[in-house]
Amino acid sequence: MTAEAQYAPVPISLTVNGARREAVVEPRTLLIYFLRENLGLTGAHVGCDTSQCGACTILLNGRAVKSCTLFAVQANDAKITTVEGLARDGTMHPVQEGFREKHGLQCGYCTPGMVMTAVYLLETNPDPTEDEIKHALEGNICRCTGYINIVESIKWAADKTRQDKGGKHVSR
Amino acid sequence: MFPASFEYVAARSVKEAIELLTQHGEEAKLLAGGHSLIPAMKLRLVSPRTLIDLGRIPGLSGVRMDGKSLVIGALTVHTDVASSDLVRRDFSGLAEAASVIGDLQVRNRGTIGGSVAHADPAADLPVILTALDASFILQSASANRSVGAQDFFLDYYTTALAPNEVLTEIRLPLPTGAAATAYAKLPHPASGYVVVSAGVLIEFNSAGGCASARVAIGGLGNRPTRALASEAALRGQPLTASVIAAAAAKAAEGTDPDGDIYASAEYKRHVATVYTRKAIEVAVGARHQA
Repeated sequence: MTAEAQYAPVPISLTVNGARREAVVEPRTLLIYFLRENLGLTGAHVGCDTSQCGACTILLNGRAVKSCTLFAVQANDAKITTVEGLARDGTMHPVQEGFREKHGLQCGYCTPGMVMTAVYLLETNPDPTEDEIKHALEGNICRCTGYINIVESIKWAADKTRQDKGGKHVSR
Repeated sequence: MFPASFEYVAARSVKEAIELLTQHGEEAKLLAGGHSLIPAMKLRLVSPRTLIDLGRIPGLSGVRMDGKSLVIGALTVHTDVASSDLVRRDFSGLAEAASVIGDLQVRNRGTIGGSVAHADPAADLPVILTALDASFILQSASANRSVGAQDFFLDYYTTALAPNEVLTEIRLPLPTGAAATAYAKLPHPASGYVVVSAGVLIEFNSAGGCASARVAIGGLGNRPTRALASEAALRGQPLTASVIAAAAAKAAEGTDPDGDIYASAEYKRHVATVYTRKAIEVAVGARHQA
């Protein structure tokens, strides 16, 4: 077997959870490995590594994406939010609270990805129907099959968010 | 899974991307959203020496009107195609197709141009774009050319794109009169890819019947197939349930699909007639709502 050619590392600069980060990366470095291994942010998980399971979901410029299917170099200049960046001053994000209140996790492996997809869903659709929640979660797989409580958690978070904003609480 | 090592270049303009393509030839690949290419690179089905990223070129994404055409930039992600007011107003079938690709995260990253250039026979967009008579603008150092969907998709993962060309725009001719479009898909239950799908464009006559129709089917061959017999059976006819059923029944005529472990050839041919009927019904229903 011949050794693979090595190509020049590329300097990148990006904002992760509000902090400016600079690095020099090999072009083939996938974003998930950059986050986990270079930055030590191990919240996003590698599940399937084939863009199916969604455990690696993060927000890239505000949009939920699968960080196993992006190269870190593509995130140059981007703003990234991982699950570690959700809590504010020790207060959990309503979606995180919802997963605790409604027991939206069993083993927890898929949870960071579920949470990030749910955060994106509620930012784009603050009052989703149950069908819309399920449709939004198509790209997140829970091997414990705990989907019912995950959907309940997201409903709880949607209600809580509206309540916090002074809207009428809708009980479901 | 790690792809083989490669050189990364972020092109700053289409012109620069074309120059890089010309310089590196077949050893280079263009990177758009990367949602077909990166998985293939991780499996080492492809190992380009140079990756030319189109993602930083300004002006390649977005939806706009240009005279009698709707123009979609090649780097427009599926989410933005599906939610575009212009697309939804004139081509709701395209919005529907874009909204059932992969999953939410994939739609946030995958691009219309990437899907078209990849030409997966189990993809959604080639089917509806064939029905809508889309043209693809291919830019090279010397010229721009426009290739219709019918002539663009040639074979499995094979298109009319030359090695030194970049797909920059997808253009959809606006129907001249009342028209409706629709897309209906039987997804594979695990992968979500197309088992069989149907895209339709129906132009209505003043009596509310069918002036003309274009019907494209996915899943029955190495590229989208036109259901010419179904189109002929609709043309000039009132859109009654029996006319629609008779036209849809001809959707698989002239096709010879391969069966696989999930769906036999016979099943695919049958399902094509069912999903063609569904798509026609949706288009006719949209007309009645308008």
